[in-house]
Amino acid sequence: MDRLISKLLFFAACSSTAILALIALFIFKEGVPIMIKSGLGHFIFGTVWQPLEGRFGIFPFIVGSIWVTIGALVLGVPFGVACAVFLAEFAPRSWVNFLKPAIELLAGIPSVVYGFMGVVWLAPLIRNYLGGPGLSILAASCVLAIMILPTIVGVSIDAIQAVPKTYKEGSLALGATQWQSTWRIILPAAKSGILAGVILGMGRAVGETMAVIMIAGNATQIPHSILDSVRTLTANIAMEMGFAVGEHRQALFATGVVLFFFIMILNSIALRFAKKKF
Amino acid sequence: MISRSINALAVLMGAGLIFAALACSGCSRSSANSITLAGSTAFQPFAEKLAEHYSQLHPEVRINVQGGGSAVGIQSALSGAAQIGMADLLDLPPEAKALDSTVVARDGIAIVVNPENPVRSITAQQAKEVFSGKIANWKELGGADTLIRVVSREEGSGTRRSFDTLVLGAERLSPKALFQDSNGTVRETVAADPNAIGYVSIGLVNEKVKAMTYDGIAPTHENVKSKKYPLARPIFFLTKGEPSVASKEFINYVISGEAQRNLEKEGLIAR
Repeated sequence: MDRLISKLLFFAACSSTAILALIALFIFKEGVPIMIKSGLGHFIFGTVWQPLEGRFGIFPFIVGSIWVTIGALVLGVPFGVACAVFLAEFAPRSWVNFLKPAIELLAGIPSVVYGFMGVVWLAPLIRNYLGGPGLSILAASCVLAIMILPTIVGVSIDAIQAVPKTYKEGSLALGATQWQSTWRIILPAAKSGILAGVILGMGRAVGETMAVIMIAGNATQIPHSILDSVRTLTANIAMEMGFAVGEHRQALFATGVVLFFFIMILNSIALRFAKKKF
Repeated sequence: MISRSINALAVLMGAGLIFAALACSGCSRSSANSITLAGSTAFQPFAEKLAEHYSQLHPEVRINVQGGGSAVGIQSALSGAAQIGMADLLDLPPEAKALDSTVVARDGIAIVVNPENPVRSITAQQAKEVFSGKIANWKELGGADTLIRVVSREEGSGTRRSFDTLVLGAERLSPKALFQDSNGTVRETVAADPNAIGYVSIGLVNEKVKAMTYDGIAPTHENVKSKKYPLARPIFFLTKGEPSVASKEFINYVISGEAQRNLEKEGLIAR
C-alpha cells in the first residue's frame, strides 16, 4: 500500500513538471520559427509592430513591461517593506491580527477590479493633475504596486520573523534603541528573504495582464515619460491572440517565449536569494 | 493511518469523477439547444438584446453572446467554437470564404469626441490627418491648444478595418494611438478624456460622447440609410456548413421583420 501511494505521489509530482515542460515545448515550437525568420535582433529590438503587414518588433513592449514593473517596485517595495517591519517589530498583537489578514485579502481581489478602479479613479486624476492621457505607465505602476503588496509584505514578515531572537536581544542589551536594532541588525539579517519577496512581487507585476490592459492604454510606441501610454508583453498577447492567424499568431507565441525567459530569469534569481541563509 | 489516507484519496477521486460527470452533462445539454455567438463588439450589445428577447419566445434555447472583435468572430465560426460568428466589415477577408454569410444589419461609424470639446465637425482630409498623426493639436481644427489623443481599436476589430479603409486609405494609424479592445471601451475612454478622439458604431453613440459631422454630414440614421454618410459597413452573421436547427431559427428570427424593427429602434439600420 505504501508503495502504491508513493507511486501515486511520484506521478503527481512528475505530472506537474511535465505540464511545465509541455507548455515550454509548445510555446517554443510555435514561437521560435518566426523569431528566426524575422531575425532575433529585429524581433527583439525592432520598434515597429504592424502584425498585419508582417512587421514584428516587440521592443516597445519589452520597454513597456520593464517600465511598468520598475514603477510598481519603486512605489510598492518601500511601502511593503515598511509595512512588514511595522507588523513584525512594532505593532501590538491585536493590530497584527487585524492588519495582516487585511493585507492578505488584497491578493484575493480579482485583477479586473483593480483595473476598473484604475480606469475610473486613478486615470482621470493623473490626466487632470499631471497631464498625458491618464492611461499611462504611472497609472499602471500605482495599481500594480498595490497588487504586489501582499506578496512583498507576506514574504518580508516571514523573513523578519526568521531572524533569531538572540540577534535583537543582543542588540538591545548593548544599548541600541528599537529602531537602531531594526535598521542595523534585523533588516540586514533578513535582507535575502526580503529580496526574494521583492522578486516574487516583480514576477507578479511582469505577468499581470488584465489590469494592465485596462489602465496602460496599450499604445505601440516607445514611451518617453511615465505619463505616456504603453503596452506590455502580456497585454500584447492577450489583446491580439483572439484574432491572430499565421505569422501574427506565431509572433505572439514568440512574445511568449521572450516573456518566458524574462520570468525564468526573475524566478531563478528569487530562488538563489531564498536559498541563501543569512 | 494508511486506510484513512486511502479513504481521502478515494474521496478525492470520487469528487473528480462527479465533477467530470457534471461537466459532461453540461456539454451534452449545451450542444442540442444552445447557440454561441462571438465576434464584433459593435454588434454584441444588440445581439445580447436580440438573444434575450428570443429566449423569452423560446425558453428552451440558450444563447451565449461573446465579444472579441470581428476577426474572433471569423476564427471562432471557422473553428466551431461559436455556431455563429459576428463580423462588421466592408468586405469579408479570404479566410471567411469557407463560411456562409448573412447580412443582418447595416451600421455607420461615427467619429466621436468628448462633449466638452468645442470642435463639432471634421472633413475627410482632416480625419485622415488626425488619425495618421499629421495633425496633432486641436488648435488646427479650431479647438483649444492641446494635443489630440487618438483612440483606436486593435487590429482584429472590424470597426477598425472598415475605418482604416474608409478614412485612412493608404495612410497608417498614428503610432501614438491608444488602443481599446471594444467599441464600448473606446466610447468610455473618449467620454472620460476631453482631448480624445475615437470612432464607434453609430448605434453605440450616447450622451457621454459627441458624434462629429463628417464632411458636413451628420452621422444619423437617415444619412446612413440614404448613403449620404459614407462611413458605414454591413454586419454579417457567419456560419460554417449547414447550421444547426437552433442557429438557423435564430438567424431567421434576427432577419425577420420584428427583430429588424427592434434593431432600428435601438439605433441600427435594417439590412
